[in-house]
Amino acid sequence: MKSLQELEAIRKRTLEKINLRKEHNGTRIVVGMATCGIAAGARPVLSAFVDEVTKRSLSDVVVAQTGCIGICRLEPIVEVYKPDQEKVTYVKVSPDMVARIVAEHIVNGKVVDEYTIGYYETHQN
Amino acid sequence: MKFYRSQVLVCAGTGCTSSGSADIIRIFKEEIEKVGLSEEVNVIHTGCFGLCENGPVVIVYPEGAFYSHIKLTDVPRIVTEHLLKGRIVTDLVYSSDSAHKSKSMALEDIEFYKKQKRVALRNCGAIDPENIEEYIAFDGYKALAKCLTEYTGEEGRDKIIDIMLQSGLRGRGGAGFPTGLKWKFAKAPVSDIKYVCCNADEGDPGAFMDRSVLEGDPHAVLEAMTIAGYVIGAQQGYIYVRAEYPIAVHRLRIAINQAREYGLLGNNILGTDFSFDIDLRLGSGAFVCGEETALLASIEGKRGEPNPRPPFPAVKGLFGKPTLLNNVETYANVCQIILNGPEWFASMGTEKSKGTKVFALGGKIQNTGLVEVPMGTTLREVIYEIGGGIPNGKKFKAAQTGGPSGGCIPAQHLDVPIDFDNLSAIGSMMGSGGLIVMDEDNCMVNIAKFFLEFTCDESCGKCPPCRIGTRRMLEILEKICDGKGEPGDIEKLEELAINIKNSALCGLGQTAPNPVLSTLRYFRDEYEAHIYEHRCPAGVCSSMLRYTIDPEKCKGCSLCAKNCPAGAISGEIKKPFVIDTEKCVKCGACIEKCKFGAISRK
Ligand SMILES: Cc1cc2nc3c(=O)[nH]c(=O)nc-3n(C[C@H](O)[C@H](O)[C@H](O)COP(=O)(O)O)c2cc1C
Repeated sequence: MKSLQELEAIRKRTLEKINLRKEHNGTRIVVGMATCGIAAGARPVLSAFVDEVTKRSLSDVVVAQTGCIGICRLEPIVEVYKPDQEKVTYVKVSPDMVARIVAEHIVNGKVVDEYTIGYYETHQN
Repeated sequence: MKFYRSQVLVCAGTGCTSSGSADIIRIFKEEIEKVGLSEEVNVIHTGCFGLCENGPVVIVYPEGAFYSHIKLTDVPRIVTEHLLKGRIVTDLVYSSDSAHKSKSMALEDIEFYKKQKRVALRNCGAIDPENIEEYIAFDGYKALAKCLTEYTGEEGRDKIIDIMLQSGLRGRGGAGFPTGLKWKFAKAPVSDIKYVCCNADEGDPGAFMDRSVLEGDPHAVLEAMTIAGYVIGAQQGYIYVRAEYPIAVHRLRIAINQAREYGLLGNNILGTDFSFDIDLRLGSGAFVCGEETALLASIEGKRGEPNPRPPFPAVKGLFGKPTLLNNVETYANVCQIILNGPEWFASMGTEKSKGTKVFALGGKIQNTGLVEVPMGTTLREVIYEIGGGIPNGKKFKAAQTGGPSGGCIPAQHLDVPIDFDNLSAIGSMMGSGGLIVMDEDNCMVNIAKFFLEFTCDESCGKCPPCRIGTRRMLEILEKICDGKGEPGDIEKLEELAINIKNSALCGLGQTAPNPVLSTLRYFRDEYEAHIYEHRCPAGVCSSMLRYTIDPEKCKGCSLCAKNCPAGAISGEIKKPFVIDTEKCVKCGACIEKCKFGAISRK
């Protein structure tokens, strides 16, 4: 058994699984997971990102967590780092917003403006 | 395939296993389950990270946080703080200075790794050694596939030999013979049966790099042996590994079975007409069985004794057939050379020693453990920058390389770039890569005696120079350390050494006098002090030590006299006490008890 193609297939699919151990050049999605974030519901948001990334087999995307980002009133906060792009901060994220962030921003590179901190701050009250 | 958000890598090499990493893995799994993260966080056991002194070590990705000295009770904290809340537990993170000043968060930032270049150890600590798919993910079996599909026919196999020759790879088992040339010699004879063997005997005291490669990345060795089999036209391979390496043996067995299951060993590998299989042969830990002819005899089921060469194994080896034998670390470089090209490999190292070398750091050094550095790195860099220097502010005295076949390198050669030829030139040798550091408290005569004891014990007894000659040398060394050395002893040692070197049957005897010769070369004054002044300058050889009480400092409290088991101390209360050196047994109990530092040992 095992042809070259099969070997390559194993390589690809295993790499997807373990690539966060390699040096990372792709996109990082960071969810604030301090006590404040968790209290505000960051955990389901994180799970939703993990599910969405798995569903779409995005191999160069890492979902990570971080401590308190410092603006607890806007939690859950999610920051997206894409190569050659400024960091984008999404605030008050809920699980139902995740699919759109992944589809539009992570995959297609178009920031979802109305979820960002800048939009939120200017459109509040 | 499941996607995990975070991965916890726990070192399961021999060092960390003995400091309890198996329980750590178990508790991690339990705790992760408890907080409901099992679907998101994966726990993996890996091979050696190299920082054995700081074990058990754990790395958490994607942050790459490096935790050291992890206790079972630390695990729940890492799980709830780091994995659940995303806060790195800083006080458990490895720090190179104990004052906790600079905390390193990521592996790459640690001084210990900065100067290293991991080629042979590239997967150690990075993959799960019991999972062939992880090896494949990190380009495993790609080199084999390349050889079988791109380098076909006679021409293709010669091309692989050319690549090995151009890379400049030399055997890592000790002698530094060019690997490509060895492959060429083994390919040349026409024979329908040939063998490829791997030397995993690793008998040098203090050496454990081969063990770590086998424990951390067993497939790298299997793949390279298969390539070698393809090149020389062999059908069967054997790995000769010592039975004292149970974890390595266990992982090799798993790896061999997985490779067979995936069709990467056995008949018609990757659908080609090339067939090759590998089996293990366990050695019982005799040093001489690491010598190639003795090793082959042992695989045949005979007594592990060397035979004269020629004939060389490449012509007449295992079961009388042409045989290729390489060391574990040598094989661990092969696939990387094929994938990255010989120029890449040759760009590292010195003119005549290419690539990297793994060293096992031991003795008086801060970071006991495993390091891999480009050839040409200086001893100073290895000891001070990577190894963290000598503990307790002591002074460096010498570094021992090459194990019982090697020699001691004194401070004046700390800046010599380490490679095969430079080490030989200064009277030591590369050997397999053991590096033992000695400080001012080590007696060099005693060190020489230690190595001679080892070679005497391990001599197989087949040839008289080794059997009788090394014994005579040891007797002289024992006499000197006992304070009974006489004028003429040094000359006798030198004469014996030269004769044994010139007449012993195998490498064991031929190199056994090296530790004596090199310590005589650099520390002759220590031998002379022992012989002519009956004094051990380092204060190690106990029979020459004298205990005395300084009458100025002694307050006459009598505590020493009360604690002397030999009744050798006497005196009147409130007046200085004295030690009767005839009765003194030199146990040191008095020094420990004296509150005034009045007793000295010289
Ligand atoms: C006494 C003695 C012990 C040896 N022990 C080992 C050993 O443990 N491992 C090893 O690889 N080579 C050992 N060697 C060297 C082997 O004979 C042989 O040179 C080596 O395995 C060849 O592989 P290489 O060309 O890849 O280095 C020993 C040699 C002698 C003389």
